Amino acid sequence: MLGTFIQQTVNALTIGSIYALIALGYTMVYGVLRMINFAHGEMFMLGAYAAFLVLTVFVGDIGAVGAFGLTLAFFGAVIAVGFFGVGIERLAYKPLRNSTRLAPMLSSLGVSLTLVTGVQILAGPQPVAFPSFFPATRYDFMGGTVTSVQIGILVAAFVLMFALYTLVNRSRMGIIVRAVSESRPTAQLLGINVNLAISAVFFSGPLLGAAGGILYASYYGIMSPTMGAVIGLKAFTAAILGGIGSIPGAMLGAYILAFVEVGGTALLPLITNGVLGTEYRDVLSFAILILVLLVKPAGILGEPVSEESMVYKREF
Amino acid sequence: MSNTSTSPSVKPQASRLVAVLVLAAIVALAAATPFLPNYHIRVVNSLLIYILLGIGLNIVIGYTGLLDLGFVAFYAVGAYTYALLASPQLDLHLPFLLIVGIAAVLGMITGILLGIPVLKLRGDYLAIVTLGFGEIIRIVINNVDWLTGGPKGIARLDKASILGVEIARPVEIYWLLLVTVFLVGLFVWRLERSILGKAWAAIREDQDAARGIGINTTNAKLAAFATSATIGAIAGTIFAASQRFVSPESFTLQESVLIVLMIVIGGIGNILGIVAGAAILILLPEVLREFAEWRILFLGILMVVLIIVRPAGIVPRTFGPEKLIRGLFGK
Repeated sequence: MLGTFIQQTVNALTIGSIYALIALGYTMVYGVLRMINFAHGEMFMLGAYAAFLVLTVFVGDIGAVGAFGLTLAFFGAVIAVGFFGVGIERLAYKPLRNSTRLAPMLSSLGVSLTLVTGVQILAGPQPVAFPSFFPATRYDFMGGTVTSVQIGILVAAFVLMFALYTLVNRSRMGIIVRAVSESRPTAQLLGINVNLAISAVFFSGPLLGAAGGILYASYYGIMSPTMGAVIGLKAFTAAILGGIGSIPGAMLGAYILAFVEVGGTALLPLITNGVLGTEYRDVLSFAILILVLLVKPAGILGEPVSEESMVYKREF
Repeated sequence: MSNTSTSPSVKPQASRLVAVLVLAAIVALAAATPFLPNYHIRVVNSLLIYILLGIGLNIVIGYTGLLDLGFVAFYAVGAYTYALLASPQLDLHLPFLLIVGIAAVLGMITGILLGIPVLKLRGDYLAIVTLGFGEIIRIVINNVDWLTGGPKGIARLDKASILGVEIARPVEIYWLLLVTVFLVGLFVWRLERSILGKAWAAIREDQDAARGIGINTTNAKLAAFATSATIGAIAGTIFAASQRFVSPESFTLQESVLIVLMIVIGGIGNILGIVAGAAILILLPEVLREFAEWRILFLGILMVVLIIVRPAGIVPRTFGPEKLIRGLFGK
């Protein structure tokens, strides 16, 4: 029983870390632009494909890649996706910055469709086996099994999140980004380079999303052009649950969602005596999301924004 | 942004010419469709269903200014109402028109049930809650196997018939859809210009000001949700009757998003715009069928470009049906 508990906890932490990496991108973009970036799930997918590309092109035989090659592929891929994110912002969202609030969101839907189809054309629509970035060792820990892949994911995700948290709270760039997300017009009046802050967000968000994609693909050993859709939706739900626009909120929301999912899968059939099976775990996630929003519309850690500050331009 | 505003830049003769051309094109296309091969008629039927869905969702998005990403749930309610009441699944075979009535009422009830809790939410949060609602409905349908057949869906639905006239062939479905789209479009257009429509517009422009001048925003929003859901459910029944098969695959989040895109690309808050948007998003992929997945890539890029180049949509709100009528009669 304890073993199962530990095992499920580690599972939830692993998947929660991946959700958190992606949720951070949603929440940061929302923070500075008040925009839901529907193409963010695609950054997750691009991360896995970019890493795969780096491995096949520069390293050749995937089976015999050393730790150095893997590290190189990981960082090469996430940085490439980061720059890609900045480029997309320039092309598809920047022209719409003074448009209605709905316009950039719908533009991001177009971007999402383009990227998924683009990868389908270039790499084929079928799922591809993905090499594991970590040695496959199993450890027995108080009756539960923990794999090195899980440990690797946890460590990588914690390091990345800690790096982001330090950058946002301690660096000059972080101050700029926080100022812009506090109030873009005021930041602009104070002479802050708003475009730089937005670019920084569109670099780091996709970068973390891509890292999440690589970790996810190496956890499950598979990637596909459509993998971003479902995980993107989950991470987005997590960001909203934690309070969109809040960085700690996105992390908290991601772990809560992961625990609800894992716990729901294990407990739903037990509690309801088999009436509701594990297939209802997404219903449970959404139900919890809706309940939280009804009680606390800004999310768990979201600031209770007044309506004027939130809606400073027409919705449609 | 009052839709009754006349734009002085357009000369009366020019607007009359445009009106005559647009109406002539619509009438010509509508009249030519029955003579096309069955495959093409099916494409037009799917176009008409999407126009119907667009007209319904536009009430919430375009008129009232609330982003609803779970509209497909009402479409599913309508489709499954028909599937359950006119198939061997429960061995019920009710007449088509009765089911349309039942579906409309069920759609309205679902719309109000969704509306009540979400009314105090705004903007993005509303979008997410409606999205979650749509997903919950789809997952439930997917898993209540004993009732809905689960992922396999329900097959062998009855052929629809109205007063003894069977409606099963694509052409017959086409006429049914054409009449429905016309009637619903007329009803919604009149509704938008009614006092309720003015209340919706006031909520869209400024909710607090709307409440300040004495509009019961709660009731007006509920009315918008209910009307929109009713139309979605009606569209669902006709969809089920024309496919004679329903499965959860037809009611994914992507469908909701497609309808939102149709409205925004075509022209938000404008019935003529919805027709244009549906034509682009439904017909273009069919026309470019030989290019396989390249057409989807093209469609994605086109979406981004259109939103940037024409943020108000292909047919802006100012060019509504009344413009056509006014142009035609030279008022």
